[in-house]
Amino acid sequence: MEPAQIEIAGVTKRYAGGTVAVEDISLKIPAGTYCCLLGPSGCGKSTTLRMIAGHETITEGHIRLGDHVVTDLPPAKRGTAMMFQSYALFPHLDTVDNVAFSLKMKGVDKAARRARALDMLKLVQMEHLAERRPAQLSGGQQQRVALARALITDPQALLLDEPLSALDPFLKIRVRQELKKLQKQLGISFIHVTHSQEEAMALADLVVVMNAGKIEQAAPPREVFNRPATAFVARFMGDHNVITGRVSRVTESGVEFDVAGGGTFNAPGVPRAVGEPIEIAVRNDRVKIAVPPKQGCGMTGLVQNVEYHGQKVQVSLSAPGISGFDAQIPETEFFAKPLSVGDAVPLTWAPEDVHILKSSATA
Amino acid sequence: MADITAEHAAVKPEPQSRARFSLAPFASYLQALPLAIVLGVFLLLPIATIVMVSFWDYDSIRIIPDFMLLNYEETLLSWVTWKTYLNTLKYTLIVWALTLFIGFWVAYFLAFHVRSVGMQMMLFLICTVPFLTSNIIRMISWIPFLGRNGLINSTLINMGVIDAPLEFLLFSDFAVVLAMVHLYTLFMVVPIFNTLMRIDRALIEAARDAGANAFQILTNVIIPLAKPGIAIGTIFVVTLTMGDFITVRFMSGGQSASVGLMIANQISVLQYPAAAANAVVLLGVVLLIVAGILRVVNIRKEL
Repeated sequence: MEPAQIEIAGVTKRYAGGTVAVEDISLKIPAGTYCCLLGPSGCGKSTTLRMIAGHETITEGHIRLGDHVVTDLPPAKRGTAMMFQSYALFPHLDTVDNVAFSLKMKGVDKAARRARALDMLKLVQMEHLAERRPAQLSGGQQQRVALARALITDPQALLLDEPLSALDPFLKIRVRQELKKLQKQLGISFIHVTHSQEEAMALADLVVVMNAGKIEQAAPPREVFNRPATAFVARFMGDHNVITGRVSRVTESGVEFDVAGGGTFNAPGVPRAVGEPIEIAVRNDRVKIAVPPKQGCGMTGLVQNVEYHGQKVQVSLSAPGISGFDAQIPETEFFAKPLSVGDAVPLTWAPEDVHILKSSATA
Repeated sequence: MADITAEHAAVKPEPQSRARFSLAPFASYLQALPLAIVLGVFLLLPIATIVMVSFWDYDSIRIIPDFMLLNYEETLLSWVTWKTYLNTLKYTLIVWALTLFIGFWVAYFLAFHVRSVGMQMMLFLICTVPFLTSNIIRMISWIPFLGRNGLINSTLINMGVIDAPLEFLLFSDFAVVLAMVHLYTLFMVVPIFNTLMRIDRALIEAARDAGANAFQILTNVIIPLAKPGIAIGTIFVVTLTMGDFITVRFMSGGQSASVGLMIANQISVLQYPAAAANAVVLLGVVLLIVAGILRVVNIRKEL
C-alpha cells in the first residue's frame, strides 16, 4: 500500500472514571517518517499509539490516515499494523502460522498463505525457524516474527509498542539498526513508542516528547536536543542543566534574572517584563571550568560527585538555588587538572549556549 | 604425552578423609516421602486390596482367599454388564457434552465479559455456593420440582399447556442427566476459567489487529488455548459420571442402571469379590479414557 500521512487532530482519551490519559493532542506525521513517541511511563504515549491502531476508543477528536478518517474503524480496516510490546505471538501456532494468521482470517487458502508468510520470514531472516513455536524462540527471534506478522498485512503505517524493551542492551542496538533499515526499505511510517531518549534520538526522524497526556515538543531529534521546548523536555532528554529564576532587569541584549537564593544570570533574546519567571537550559558539555569572562554567564559550584564515562567525565555540582547542575568535561582536559569532591570551582558558558525554555504546557 | 598424563594422575590429590555419613544425597527422596506415604496408604494400598479381593471366592456369608478368574468371567461375559456399561457411557457422553457447553460459556463470560476482578471473584464464588450443601440434598431438591405433582407439572397444567403431567421429568434418564449436569458443571467451569484467565489479552488484540472477527478469535485463539482446561474439566466430569451411582439411583427411581450402581448392589448383597472385579474393570475403562484425553491434549503446561 502507498505510505500515507497520519494526522491526529484534537484527540482526547478520557476513561470512565474521569482519568484523562491523553488531552487534546494534535500531530501530523508525514508519510514515510520514523516517528518516536517518547515520554515517561504513564505519559499517554502508549494510549496514543493504541488509539492510532484502533485498540482504544477515542473520546474526542479525529485520526486521519491518508485521505481517510479512521477514528471509528476497527484495527484491521485502518491500514495500520501493530507490533505488541510482549510481541503477543500465538503460543499454539508455529512461526509460519503466526505470520500467516491475518491471511487465514481473510480466507486465503493454506498453500498461498504459507508461501506469503515464508516470503515475509525471509524479509526478517527467519525462514530457517519456520517450524518453531514461539516458546522455542529467543526474544530477538520472537521480535522478528512479530514484525513479519505485522508487515504481512501490507500496512501504510507500522505501530510499535516498546519493541526493544524486552531485549538485552547489545541486541537492542542491533535490532534498532535493523528497524531503521527496514523502515527505509519499505518507505512506510513507523511509529515507535519508547521511554528511552537514546533510542528515540538514534531512530527517529520526528521525536514527539509527551508528558502527562500532552505533547511537549514534536521536532527532529537534533532540534529536540539542541532547542528543547520546555524544562521537562530538557530534563527528560538529559545532558541539560535547567536554571529557574525571575527577571530582574531588562538589558539591551536580553534580560538579567535572579535565582531565588542564588546568583544572577543573563539570558539573551526576547525581552520580558521584570518579575516574570524564566527558565534557561545549558547543555552539560558546553559548561567549562573557568572563571567567567563576564558577569551572568557562570557561577561557582561545589563538586558533589565525579563519574568517569570514558570519553567524558561527568561532574555533578551544587550551587545555591540550583538543584542539580552537571558539567561534562572531556577526559584529557579533566585529568590535566583533576577535581575531587568538595572542590569549589568556577563554571562558565558562552552566551550563545543559553537556551530559553517556554513554560511547560503540563507544569 | 603419556608421561604427563601419568604424572598428572599421580599428583591428583587423594580425597580428604572420608566425610561423615550425610543425608544430602537422599534429600529429594526424603522430601517426597510424606506424600509417597499418604498416597501409598490411602490410594495404592486400597487399590491393591481391591485387585486382590477381585480374585477371591465367596459364598452368601463370607469371602474366601483364592485365586480364580470366575469373578471376571461372570462380569465380562454377562450381557447385563455390557448393557450397563453402554448406559453409563451414554450418560457420560451426554453429561460431558452439556457440561462442556455450559461450563465453557460460563467461564468465557466470567473471564472476558466481567471487567472488574472483584466482580469476577464474587460471581465465581456464587458458582460454588451450591457446593456448600451435599450432593444428595441438591438432588433431592429437584424432586418437588420435577415430580408428578411437582412445580413444573402443576404450573403447566394450571396454565393449560398440558392436560396430563409430564412423566419424563422425574425418574427418567432426563432427570439423571439433569441432576448430573447440575452437580458437575462447576468441575468444567473451574479449569476452563483458569486457562482463559491465563490467556494474554494482547493475543486477542493481536488477533483483532490481524482482522479476526469475534467468532474467528474464539475458534483460532481462545478455544485452542483453552484446550488444557477443557481436558482437565473433561477428566473430572468423565471420572465422576462414570463412577456415579447415587444420582442414578435417586433420579431414575431404580429404572436405570450404571456401573457404579451395579457395584453398589453387589456390595449390598455381600458379593465383595464380584464388586471388586467390577471395580477393577471400571477403573481400567476410566483410565483408558483418561489416557485417550491426555494423548489428544497436552495438559502438562497447565499443571
